[in-house]
Amino acid sequence: MSGANRIAGQGRLTPARTARFSFDGKSYEALEGDTVASALLANGVHLVGRSFKYHRPRGIVSAGPEEPNALIDVARDAARRQPNVRATVQEVFDGMKATSQNRWPSLSFDVGGFNNLLSPFFAAGFYYKTFMWPKAAWEKVYEPFIRRAAGLGTAPTEDDPDHYANRYATCDVLVVGAGVAGLSAALAAAATGARVILCDEQAEVGGALHYDRSVTIDGKDGFAWAQAAAARLAAMENVTVLTRTTAFGYYNHNFVGLVERVTDHIARPDRKAPRERLWQVRAKRVILATGAIERHMVFGNNDRPGIMLASAARTYLNHFGVAVGRKVAIYTANDSAYEAAFDLKRAGVQIAAIVDSRAKPGDAVLNEARNHGIEVLTGHSVIDTKGHRRVSSIIVMRNGGGGKRTITVDALLTSAGWTPSVHLFSQSRGKVAYNAETGQFLPGTYAQDCLSVGACNGTGGLQATIEEALAAGELMARATGNDGGEKVHLHGENAFEWTGGMAGAAEGAGADTNVKAFIDFQNDVCAKDIRLAVREGMHSIEHIKRFTTNGMATDQGKLSNLHGLAIAAETLGREIPKVGLTTFRAPYTPVTFGTIINHSRGDLFDPARKTPMHAWEAAHGAVFEDVGNWKRAWYYPRAGETMHEAVDRECRTVREVAGVFDASTLGKIEVVGPDAAAFLNLMYTNAWDTLKPGRCRYGIMLREDGFVYDDGVVGRIAEDRFHVTTTTGGAPRVMNHMEDYLQTEFPHLKVWLTSTTEQWAVIAVQGPKAREIIAPLVEGIDVSNEAFPHMSVREGKICGVPTRLFRMSFTGEAGFEVNVLADYGQAVWEAIWARAEVLGACAYGTETMHVLRAEKGYIIVGQDTDGTVTPYDAGLAWAVSKKKTDFVGIRGLKRPDLVKEGRKQLVGLKTKDPKVVLEEGAQIVADPNQPVPMKMIGHVTSAYWSENCGHSIAFALVEGGQGRMGQTLYVPMPDRTIAVEVTDMVFIDKEGVRLNG
Amino acid sequence: MLLIHCPYCEEERSELEFRHGGDAHIARPTNIADISDEEFEEFFFLRDNPKGLIFERWRHVHGCGRFFNAARDTVSDKFYASYKAGEPKPDLPGISPATEKTVETYEATEGTAK
Repeated sequence: MSGANRIAGQGRLTPARTARFSFDGKSYEALEGDTVASALLANGVHLVGRSFKYHRPRGIVSAGPEEPNALIDVARDAARRQPNVRATVQEVFDGMKATSQNRWPSLSFDVGGFNNLLSPFFAAGFYYKTFMWPKAAWEKVYEPFIRRAAGLGTAPTEDDPDHYANRYATCDVLVVGAGVAGLSAALAAAATGARVILCDEQAEVGGALHYDRSVTIDGKDGFAWAQAAAARLAAMENVTVLTRTTAFGYYNHNFVGLVERVTDHIARPDRKAPRERLWQVRAKRVILATGAIERHMVFGNNDRPGIMLASAARTYLNHFGVAVGRKVAIYTANDSAYEAAFDLKRAGVQIAAIVDSRAKPGDAVLNEARNHGIEVLTGHSVIDTKGHRRVSSIIVMRNGGGGKRTITVDALLTSAGWTPSVHLFSQSRGKVAYNAETGQFLPGTYAQDCLSVGACNGTGGLQATIEEALAAGELMARATGNDGGEKVHLHGENAFEWTGGMAGAAEGAGADTNVKAFIDFQNDVCAKDIRLAVREGMHSIEHIKRFTTNGMATDQGKLSNLHGLAIAAETLGREIPKVGLTTFRAPYTPVTFGTIINHSRGDLFDPARKTPMHAWEAAHGAVFEDVGNWKRAWYYPRAGETMHEAVDRECRTVREVAGVFDASTLGKIEVVGPDAAAFLNLMYTNAWDTLKPGRCRYGIMLREDGFVYDDGVVGRIAEDRFHVTTTTGGAPRVMNHMEDYLQTEFPHLKVWLTSTTEQWAVIAVQGPKAREIIAPLVEGIDVSNEAFPHMSVREGKICGVPTRLFRMSFTGEAGFEVNVLADYGQAVWEAIWARAEVLGACAYGTETMHVLRAEKGYIIVGQDTDGTVTPYDAGLAWAVSKKKTDFVGIRGLKRPDLVKEGRKQLVGLKTKDPKVVLEEGAQIVADPNQPVPMKMIGHVTSAYWSENCGHSIAFALVEGGQGRMGQTLYVPMPDRTIAVEVTDMVFIDKEGVRLNG
Repeated sequence: MLLIHCPYCEEERSELEFRHGGDAHIARPTNIADISDEEFEEFFFLRDNPKGLIFERWRHVHGCGRFFNAARDTVSDKFYASYKAGEPKPDLPGISPATEKTVETYEATEGTAK
């Protein structure tokens, strides 16, 4: 047998199919289908972790996703390692390496256990109080210490080699949970012909049927019926059954996120298979059949290894064939735990006693206990436990006082009742309602098209659950227009109806005691911590939660929330519904980053946009910079050149000979229609109706508030056709801005807008020899200065292909921008380059482009403007039409703040020491000797070394800047103060001789 | 993730295809150059930010590209209607306009803290 506690004839696993795994370096044998928890219990291992704050020894509490204690690190190899895995969920595979967490140096001897002795100092809120002084010590001493001492697992350091899949799905009915309720609902919905997705987080369907062996459905053993029902559903064309699939988030409009664990249970997975698959499901209707989670009893030292939920012990016995102890006691306030005693007793385990805090348990279970000869102590409580690494005895006392009795045990099973899993319902923004009779929060008001059925809806009784679920399945399917099929009927029988349940501290752990009665195991929150929080003034449950950290662990309070609420309500003297529940948030259980990130990593993280000439640029040694998603050639260093040397050479060469520049990333919009000029009149500050076909104009676009939004050169190709350019980064939003006005404010204008950014490759040829370079390649256009002056556009051919040739300049040199269809971009570039190279020109990148435009005083919107700059501030008053009666921003420009004196205005700066280059963003002051904090009157927006000028140049936004020409201002830096002179913004060729040459 | 009905495409599509465009039915004054500071403030800056029913603009930016209007509940995110730009606000029987103030504090929602 695999493990001494595996009991022959019990459970559903196959004894012959074994798998080996290790835990903390020791090898164990498991059976296929085991979870790590069941395999460890089979081998007698209860101690699996240390608690977060006190480092107390902790064991396995549950058999499901609610597990607060048994968090382990699971590794397949060095890179495939995951911390904080719940041992109760993770299936064992052959070769798995599991290790415990949050212990040093070892699990059984942990130095941090010292914290347990200091626990009086670690009460709720201690983080906020203890480490307040001295302030500087928080970052350097306290926080690093706390992070080391209190923690969960450690993150892997290597890249995740696995891949993850993503799938979008739609269906008529999504059923979450494949227990009795979910299966019944899915069968009824599927019978109508509806498209159904049924998902369940466990490896096999069945839900509570994993442990409840007394159930029969249609005369069959419950678990066997569930497997057959799932197989029948899976065989239907209209049904998808997903196991190992958790619905982790319920979002707007019936959008539900599922995560399917595809290979984590397989020893040697196919490497082509994804590790996990994200399902993004849009369902017309959702049925929640998420069941209920058993709560533990809250009493002194209720956290020792060997103390677990009664239903978990039943799961380990009935499904995995593992006895969690040899001499077991039960402590309950609820009938359901009795059945754990009956099952264990039948399997040959000694039942020391059933301690029931109630005076009157249900008659049926009480009689059955007597038939089994089990001692039942009604009206008694367990007030303490003993045992270091595993519980060894319990102390029992009659409620209201009396003699104490010690009972020797090696396991204690507890149950305080069942908490309906309303997590997804609550995430859907449904409002829960408190049922005082059962002490449960249940679905109240629905916010979306969904229904809850079974235990998560507070429905008790097997047949009632089945009938509710069948009706819901049929109702929801028919609501989506499916009306085929026959009605489904199912008949279920089980042994006992359950009554009882309590929330909060049990007898012996009340307000008058100081015992460690844990409600949240993972975060080490005791009943007394909740009371302390209330005493210290936390009266909202949200505040109590944050002050105590109750429910804030990875299990999100699945066991603890109701207990914490009940204790808070009692301490506050208010009823439970008056105190209210904290909000449930996604994810229901932790989801790996891999699944969420999915394909968006590496090359797919953020797609790169490349221009048609990119390959040539890369081959010629360009260094690229990212501009938005674009990869732009930044500069072209020659062998041995630094960036500055390369840029200086490029700048010099363009002004002395010529340069070739890839301007393809400029945004381009084709504006066409009889009202195109009228439309542009409204979108730009300039006048466009006066622009003749074949000419270009620099345009400024404002927002309605009067601030500069974008700029660019617009060419009029024909009466009804404009070629608009925008900034590289502004292309999509300018297009959206234009569409917005065209569709919603000016729909009477007959205009059509088309984004052509990626249709045109743009090659800028700039410099004294620019004309000489392109002239022999151009057909059908007279490129002479007289026939083709600055700011003109012509259509013709270059290298035999159609071109829109612009005479324009962003350098201050005579220049051309060759637009050709993107597919011809590289060929035309190469033809131009062949001539350019012979004539001594260079290819230049964006850095040189920036320097050259600054030498000439051209601004870059978004660098020299920041959304608070008007055209007047930027020195562009000439571009604002005085005659037009309307354009976007015309009223904004007249706002009091925009016309007042002393606004920041763009000016040029020259450093007194010509070699010093300012830092962009540096602040500017008038008096460097004033006390700190100084009054800052502006900042540097652009600054470069200008090789052509022989000194540094800069632009700055300065208060009243245009009235400060010739003034000396100061730029204080950490190591020195730099004196600067305010100048105009044009540093080269003020008369425009070169531009028009 | 919202499911939004585009009145031009005449089908429900995922929120991923749309971009929100702010409040609807705020017409740009035809004499905008001549309006007062107060009128410009009202037109350009001031919005109600209601808790409940809102009429708002959307653009099916990754679909047909059209701007349209929708009536939505800002609390539940339920869409009551979507309709083409330029059409009047639809009648929504049984849906009352939002009246509540939008500022939410602990004191406002939980009563006076002790």
